[in-house]
Amino acid sequence: MSELLNDILFLPEAASTFAERIDFLHHFVVGTTMVMSTAVGLAALFFFFRYRRRLPAQATEYVVPTLKTEFLFVSVPLVFFLAWFGIGFRDFTWLTTPPKDAMDVYVMGKQWMWKFSYPEGPNGVNVLHVPANRPVRLLITSRDVLHSFYVPSFRIKMDALPGRYTQIWFEATKPGTYQVLCTEYCGLSHSKMLAEVVVLPQEEYENWIQEQRRGLLQDRQDALADNSMVPPVARMVEQGQILAGTQGCLKCHSVDGSQHIGPTFLGMYDRVEKLEDGQTIRVDEAYITQSMMDPGAHLVAGYQNVMPTYQGKLQGPETAAIVEYIKSLRTPNVREGASEGPAYDAIQ
Amino acid sequence: MTPSSSIAAPGANPAPEEHHDHHPSYLVDGTTIKSWLLTVDHKRIGLMFLFWVLVFFLVGGIFALLIRVELLTPGPTIMDAMTYNRMFTLHGLVMIFLFMIPAIPAVFGNFMLPLMLGAKDVAFPRLNLLSFYIYLGGATLALWGMLNGGLDTGWTFYTPYSAHTTATVAPVLFGAFIIGFSSIVTGINFIVTVHTMRAPGITWFKMPLFVWAMYATSCIQVLATPVIGLLLVLVTVENLFGFGMFDPARGGDPVLFQHLFWFYSHPAVYIMVLPSFGVMSEIVSTFSRKNLFGYRAVAYSSLGIAFVGFFAWGHHMFVSGQSTFVGGLFGVLTMLVGVFTAIKVFNWVGTVYKGAVEFKTPFAYFCGFLFFTVFGGMTGIALGTVSLDVAWHDTYFVVAHFHFIMVGATIMAFLAALHYWFPKMFGRTYHEGWGLVSAALIILGFNATFIPQFLLGNNGMPRRYYEYPERFQALNVASTAGATLLAFGFIIIALYLTYALVYGKASGKNPWRSKGYEWMSESPPPTHNFVGPQPVFPEEPHFYVDPKKAEVPNAV
Repeated sequence: MSELLNDILFLPEAASTFAERIDFLHHFVVGTTMVMSTAVGLAALFFFFRYRRRLPAQATEYVVPTLKTEFLFVSVPLVFFLAWFGIGFRDFTWLTTPPKDAMDVYVMGKQWMWKFSYPEGPNGVNVLHVPANRPVRLLITSRDVLHSFYVPSFRIKMDALPGRYTQIWFEATKPGTYQVLCTEYCGLSHSKMLAEVVVLPQEEYENWIQEQRRGLLQDRQDALADNSMVPPVARMVEQGQILAGTQGCLKCHSVDGSQHIGPTFLGMYDRVEKLEDGQTIRVDEAYITQSMMDPGAHLVAGYQNVMPTYQGKLQGPETAAIVEYIKSLRTPNVREGASEGPAYDAIQ
Repeated sequence: MTPSSSIAAPGANPAPEEHHDHHPSYLVDGTTIKSWLLTVDHKRIGLMFLFWVLVFFLVGGIFALLIRVELLTPGPTIMDAMTYNRMFTLHGLVMIFLFMIPAIPAVFGNFMLPLMLGAKDVAFPRLNLLSFYIYLGGATLALWGMLNGGLDTGWTFYTPYSAHTTATVAPVLFGAFIIGFSSIVTGINFIVTVHTMRAPGITWFKMPLFVWAMYATSCIQVLATPVIGLLLVLVTVENLFGFGMFDPARGGDPVLFQHLFWFYSHPAVYIMVLPSFGVMSEIVSTFSRKNLFGYRAVAYSSLGIAFVGFFAWGHHMFVSGQSTFVGGLFGVLTMLVGVFTAIKVFNWVGTVYKGAVEFKTPFAYFCGFLFFTVFGGMTGIALGTVSLDVAWHDTYFVVAHFHFIMVGATIMAFLAALHYWFPKMFGRTYHEGWGLVSAALIILGFNATFIPQFLLGNNGMPRRYYEYPERFQALNVASTAGATLLAFGFIIIALYLTYALVYGKASGKNPWRSKGYEWMSESPPPTHNFVGPQPVFPEEPHFYVDPKKAEVPNAV
């Protein structure tokens, strides 16, 4: 029955626990709407015929509704609307509250591709591997403009915002490959910003991630990705390394952990820094970018405010390349051991 | 009465001439171009708005057809991605800011409001003319920007993209900012007119429901438009000078933009659709010869929609990263808008009960309107349940939903009003057969265009896609076929109405035998609407009770 309804409604295969939950509400709302509107429509058609005009200037009775009628007009829709809302909001709360044992994956949207990174490696472009029947929490951000991560078969969607993390979770129920689409307009190749989720059975997933971590299949990720639809991946890290030299970053920042005029780049990304005013800040893309554009805004304690601004000197992609370079200098000890939840403050 | 008397002294009484049987209609009272361009007569201003609104409807419609043709195939069809992105942006901008927002208020509101209140004109006739020129000025600037590059942000101008894009954002946004003033000026004018210019006998609860709808619309226009004005200026300076208001790297917040944008743009939906509700209340009364069932419920629900409409904007942002609690709050408030709309639908159907229905072209549009309002409204409720919106957000389901409720309802009402008031405005009648044929074609075409889009959205196709995976093609082709039908419908209307304008039979004063207040004057009305002393209105509007049995109307 529900399969048939899904076919009539052109709904894609339901491949997550959330999809199964909301498809019920979908059928409930569509079904009730159809029944009620047919009733109203038939009543209207009956009236049009029964009360057709018989004389050109026909006089009619003066009819006003009783209080009871008006009460019905208000209360019947209200009861249905609130019931639907109750069910819908319950499911929405469920969707925005990931279970404690969820596995984390970081998602970054950028024009026009999706990057996925697992806390303990590996990183990938445009293909996300997840195990079936296990909750997965996505921590989503964007490097440039707004994007939105949408998997029709899972019925999930969440915007990717620059300088902020949003989260959503899902539990895939069927192994297979599912398309990811970007649903927030993001410029020229918005419609080409496609990726896919590969759901593997638990043991295959374990094998896959072991292989990835051993580095035996370093390039398999890119080989699997359907890169025909995305521009070639720039070697941003290398570009950033060159820029860090030519722009003079390395005159003040070391890359080997030694003390210098500015904080070292080694292990800087994701480090919690103490600021001059006593607050702490976690170094993320937004903070690194801000420090290049407005170096005095959040000065790390113990350093002088001597860095010039790079506002106007660095183009957007160059800034990104340097950020990427700094991220590549993560020390191994940053992400050791099992994930302890997001490195960023949870939203909400 | 000299041809220019209406321009020189709009408030003055016409000179007491001896042959008072001849009062020229507003159409021929002054035939120079100047007498039209500098007129302060609300009816002539309404007609000038009608002309330009139709021109922009044509422009937006051509954009729509080009989009539909492009989407016939999964890959590139007739244009490149950049052109396509500009195309859907301009379609949205032209249709919303230049067609739908002014369509009913500035054309039919301007023309009918004073007639329905028994007034000579609106409260500020010169401001009224100013609002027309502000509209044209803003439209010119926006069109100039479109021709000189055009912007590719979508009509929502979401930051940070709109702040970074290399396309011509500034002139178009500034043009929209200017058009906003036209909206505000018209709104203030109508509010003051309704408060101060009602003829003796017209109390608040004897005002025609179209006036109530215009009043609620005007309140929204005056309160909400300044917010979008401010926002458009912020985005313009952000784009030109890089202020960083919405740039997270400099402490700004892109989501702030969305809140400000929808704080205007959600009520703007009601700016577009409330006037349609007003038009339909008039038409259903006239064509079923009945007082409106539940007059007060319909009047109050207009105000209710106007009020609650201000507190539902966050339902555009369920997946934007706002908190779960806030999502729930906006979800509940959205349901209230649905309830107010449901009250109206039930009361319109109830009006037909024990009436005397004559199935003319405006009534055919009323049927289409009921259909689009019910299904557009119910899909809106479905989207408001929060969890279903997670899947549907920014897919073609949303596109189809707002084309049903906002565009479908508005176009039905616009066409219904055009046909219903055509004799009032021009004193001529159109061909009824062609009217019904084109109405059927348009209602059918509209469904054929947008029902496939609902299904596309269910299937997962996101909006604003230039290319799409092949599995979406069949439904896209169906939608384009529907759009072609729709276009044929509009071409037929354009032909027979233009013909009727020149060769149409004289309609007489009141061809529908309506008891609406606006039909108490001549058709077309003389320059000052009523000849002689100001009329009085002893009966409520649309009072069709046999005079012999008319001792009951204290039941209101």
